[in-house]
Amino acid sequence: MTAPAATGAPRLGGRGRSVRYRLNAWLPVLATCVILVLMLGAGQAVFGDFVSPRLLSSLFDNNPFLIVLAVGMTFVILTGGIDLSVGSVIAFSGLLGAQLFAAGWPAAAVLPLMVLSGTLIGAVVGVMVAFFDIQPFIASLAGMFLARGLAYVTSLKALPIHNDALNWLLGTSWGVGDWTTTPGVLLSLLLVAIAFWVFHYTRFGRTVYAVGGNEQSARLMGLAVTRTVFLVYLISGTCAGIAGVLFASYTQSGNPLAGLGMELQAIAAVVIGGTILTGGSGYVIGSLFGVLVYGLIQISITYMSVDSWWTYIVIGVMLLLFVVFQRAIAARRRR
Amino acid sequence: MPSTVVAELRDITIAFPGVKALDGVDLVLRAGEIHALMGENGAGKSTLIKALTGVYAIDSGTVEVGGRPRRFSGTADAQAAGIATVYQEVNLCTNLSVGENVMLGREVRGRLGIDWSATHRAARTALELLGLQIDTRTSLSSHSIAVQQLIAIARATVLESAVLVLDEPTSSLDRSEVEQLFAVVRRMRDTGVAVLFVTHFLDQVYELCDRITVLRNGRRVGEFPTAELPRRELVSTMLGRELARLEAIEDRALAVGAADSTVPVLRVEDLGRKGVIAGASLELRPGEIVGLAGLLGSGRTELARLLYGADRPDAGHAEVHGRPARLSSPRAALAHRIAFSSEDRRSEGIIPDLSVRENLVLAVQAQRGWARPLSRTQQDAIVERYMTSLGVQPPMPARSSATCRAATSRRCSWAAGSPRIPSSSSWTSPPAASTSVRRRRSSVRSRTSRPAASRCCSSRRSSRRSCASRSASTCCKTGISSPKSSTRRTSTWMTSSP
Repeated sequence: MTAPAATGAPRLGGRGRSVRYRLNAWLPVLATCVILVLMLGAGQAVFGDFVSPRLLSSLFDNNPFLIVLAVGMTFVILTGGIDLSVGSVIAFSGLLGAQLFAAGWPAAAVLPLMVLSGTLIGAVVGVMVAFFDIQPFIASLAGMFLARGLAYVTSLKALPIHNDALNWLLGTSWGVGDWTTTPGVLLSLLLVAIAFWVFHYTRFGRTVYAVGGNEQSARLMGLAVTRTVFLVYLISGTCAGIAGVLFASYTQSGNPLAGLGMELQAIAAVVIGGTILTGGSGYVIGSLFGVLVYGLIQISITYMSVDSWWTYIVIGVMLLLFVVFQRAIAARRRR
Repeated sequence: MPSTVVAELRDITIAFPGVKALDGVDLVLRAGEIHALMGENGAGKSTLIKALTGVYAIDSGTVEVGGRPRRFSGTADAQAAGIATVYQEVNLCTNLSVGENVMLGREVRGRLGIDWSATHRAARTALELLGLQIDTRTSLSSHSIAVQQLIAIARATVLESAVLVLDEPTSSLDRSEVEQLFAVVRRMRDTGVAVLFVTHFLDQVYELCDRITVLRNGRRVGEFPTAELPRRELVSTMLGRELARLEAIEDRALAVGAADSTVPVLRVEDLGRKGVIAGASLELRPGEIVGLAGLLGSGRTELARLLYGADRPDAGHAEVHGRPARLSSPRAALAHRIAFSSEDRRSEGIIPDLSVRENLVLAVQAQRGWARPLSRTQQDAIVERYMTSLGVQPPMPARSSATCRAATSRRCSWAAGSPRIPSSSSWTSPPAASTSVRRRRSSVRSRTSRPAASRCCSSRRSSRRSCASRSASTCCKTGISSPKSSTRRTSTWMTSSP
């Protein structure tokens, strides 16, 4: 119980310490990468010619909409929030598109409107969370029902979409040999890159981290907390609108049942990607890897030709492992 | 430097449900001047600061900054008007790097967004001005609280504000860190910044400040040039009581504490917990008030928690009245009538959603067990007794304790249970801290190593505050009720007879 002796001017933190800090922050993302590689290795060992350009391409090709959803979700989760509305937005945005295309509207008008429909739902959730201080869970739950209801109002049954511009997004295949990709996939990767830049090279992005780290402090530091919280839901909604476009292109239809539970897949991908649900820690790149892990599990299940429901079991186990892993890292950091 | 008024608060009134926290208070801050804001706990210092920095909305009165009337709707507004604040608790983001915390919202931007190397360079410059050589790319959480406090101050300097508010910035700093801070504050003063300095260390006020505003019970007592207000007068101005009366109390208290022959009420030997505190020994005799001194993080809070069983000790043993006792949980400690008043009373001391009355009787009821509920009459008696003896303001037992001011909720958290040994951890302020009085006490029982720089956590302190601030004659006699008077459970250490 003696007070530490007074030292002179404190000299703190060497080079090693800052490297270790950044390594610690990236550790969950690295872990996701390692798991991805291990899974690929295990698949190769079990199935023989598992890892191929075709497989790696299809990892992206199957889930561009999930990547986009995960990008938006990363914004929300980094502030410590959650957005449950995004899955329903996919249905609403898809059906809105289907109806407008059926009415003969041009793609140049329909596609932006589909995206904006998501922005709108995001704005509603954002206003509730940021300005009325409603818990994100409840606010976005309301947004989820709202969007799903709007989808049913738009159409009670699935509508096919025949539009070249929409088909082009995921229907075109560019590639060299077996390496293929689609404009939609490139769009989703572009969004990941933009999100990374926003997170790490803009004041808004840093405020997102600050709010997730300690909202009270962020407020007292004079940061625009309310605006930032509103904006992350707006971004998430917009991403959901874009994902709706991609999903409509993927299925070439609008369906009131589309995107059921997809918000939870997005959350799972973000968490597997190393972002902590309480906010303030994580990287959007991790969310991309999270989606890839998710996609790889899907493909492996198909390879094993067992019931596709096994995907959920594996994802569930994976999620548990990751949450425990994050706790362990957090505990280590505290020490 | 001519004393131009930078910020002026006039006739500020802020009312919380049932109580006026501030009642027509004026405060004038002048460029190039360091202004101390003094007053005991609950006098309204923090409320006034929050009014100035835009955290609280003002009910009536005006705020003028730079000659223009302002109405702040938040801290961002106040910062934009040039008011930077360093709070007592470090308000930074532990998940970000040191440099980011200094520069957050003020990052240097290039063509491609934030220019990180320039940002960190600017942060390093600000930190070096404070005498801190830190790799700004390290995590904030890897630094001690004291360093974090300096980082918060560095942040305030980056904002280049006209007014710098320092709300007890020194409470977690050691002597040399305080020196560095003072040097920086003086430098800022010389460049024409108006500094508002809140502290409980009178030495620091006289060392640093040019002018003093004293608050008492939400009212301004007056504004004095430091040179014209001797220390003793400052203390009695703060308390509204004659110093001589206070000293008389001290003498009596000393007489009780001096009897070393009695069996200690509480004795612990080598009490420790892995990774928290290495074996500490302590003796508490009847009528004694023992201070635990040390800097933030030195283990005072932790030891207090161990004594109370809030954390489980994994080494050492304890004796209550000479008999071995296992203080393994708060419940066990309470059974030995050891009470604890947390430094973080809002989350650890009270249950904010319950009323003042419910909080007061909670621990008593818990000890009786749910099968024997206290009758309404008994509850009323308990509540009545504590509300008067602790001076809970306003005397409204039905009020939700969440709406109470800090000082009030502290008083509520106190009363719970029937403490024989209040083991209280850092109560930030000894408003009655007449340093002369304090020094005398520490010379008798010299457990306080550095009274000036250290924040003594203590029951000593806390009881002094209550002694001084209200009917002193009852509580000064003994801090601890004598073993013989094993009276009803509802007797407090404050009111029971020796």
